[in-house]
Amino acid sequence: MGKTILDIQGLRKTYGQHEVLKGVDCMVQEGEVISIIGSSGSGKTTMLRCINMLEEFQGGKISLDGEEIGYHVDGGTRRRKSEKEIARQRALTGMAFQQFNLFPHMTAAENIMLGLVKVKRMSKPAARSIAEKWLDRVGLAARANHYPGQLSGGQQQRVAIARAIAMAPRLMLFDEVTSALDPELVGEVLQVIKGLAADGMTMLLVTHEMRFAYEVSSRVIFMNQGVICEEGDPKDMFVRPKTERLAEFLKSSSFN
Amino acid sequence: MSHTFLEQLWIARYVILNGIGVTVSISLLAILVGSVLGVFVGLALVYAGAILRLVMRAYTDIIRGTPVLVLVLASYYVSSAVGLDLGPFSAGVLALAIFCSSHVGEIVRGALQAIPRGQTEAAKAIGLTFTQAFTSVLWPQAMRQCLPAWVNTAAEMVKASTLLSVIGVAELLLRTQEIISRNFMSLQFYFLAGGLYFIINFGIERFGKYVERKTALPS
Repeated sequence: MGKTILDIQGLRKTYGQHEVLKGVDCMVQEGEVISIIGSSGSGKTTMLRCINMLEEFQGGKISLDGEEIGYHVDGGTRRRKSEKEIARQRALTGMAFQQFNLFPHMTAAENIMLGLVKVKRMSKPAARSIAEKWLDRVGLAARANHYPGQLSGGQQQRVAIARAIAMAPRLMLFDEVTSALDPELVGEVLQVIKGLAADGMTMLLVTHEMRFAYEVSSRVIFMNQGVICEEGDPKDMFVRPKTERLAEFLKSSSFN
Repeated sequence: MSHTFLEQLWIARYVILNGIGVTVSISLLAILVGSVLGVFVGLALVYAGAILRLVMRAYTDIIRGTPVLVLVLASYYVSSAVGLDLGPFSAGVLALAIFCSSHVGEIVRGALQAIPRGQTEAAKAIGLTFTQAFTSVLWPQAMRQCLPAWVNTAAEMVKASTLLSVIGVAELLLRTQEIISRNFMSLQFYFLAGGLYFIINFGIERFGKYVERKTALPS
């Protein structure tokens, strides 16, 4: 067992009356690749978004490298950390989104450089060389000076992943990164993620690509109605699901 | 001593040029001050707390619902009534700037709110603070979005500057009326004034298009 990077205890999240996460516990060791699967509304994306405080959460604790994320307890009351502190903590994790969310007014290289220059306080030439290294790594070295509007969806997503990974995060979060892509573009993005997994990057992936989850993950988490319903080795889970819910879910998904 | 139009035009040349100068100055000042104010109004409409936002909402709604002529008269007479002797030029520019700020405020609000939420989230996710996200990610996109509507407002300000003639600011329209009262060539000189306003606004529009082209993102 490696070092624990992420420790989630009793995570609760509500939108008004509706409880989306009902006490999620999860530990992630260094180098693990964890796929989170489940039907829509099961809370998997919300859980991912809580980890980098894109969503506030009302109960429980998330620790990254032993450091509590987002909140601290001050004289018995739980308070949100300062905006500056949260920004610093967010930089510890990288996130890739379903809709890529590249900055349309910046070139591919500039997209990657922004965080390096503004957050890591690097010089522009240093940031540029890191950006180029990662663009090369995702197979887009020749597109460094292209704007997002000039790139295909698959290329945009690869730039977005490079942008997140260039910040050297402790943990990468992938939120359904292939869901918005045309089928023929899915492969190139999954290839990039596979490469990162092989490098030993710790990552959490929310995905609907069951075949991919099966092949790449060291562990799979199946979420259902705001709780982790089943988790384990993908070889076991996909072949011999223990719970009926997972069996049903697998039957309805494209995995076969 | 009847003169031809061209002769009258020659006689009045300095008066007309002076009028153009005043019209351009009024418009530029109003657009400049109004835009700066308007940006703050727009920011408040999007990001301020509930109370300030409500105040700004009321401000823009009231100002935009008031005829510019009323604003000009109010600015002139109210300011002198409270002992603030602005004079017609400053009072007029102030009225136009306030009018401009309410429109620019709405334009800025719309532009900021049109940016997909994912942009802010992506900026946050790489660790940018709100200020950094705003200056590097949101504002550059909002400015591009604003441009066409802002150019429109600028042209509106040039047209609205004619209203300052009623409080005695010697801008192009008032100058034209003065000239006509001397030579009675109303048709010719009103057409001339109309043409000059058109040229100014056409120039603004062309300039706007040029900037739009220059800042357009390749796709």
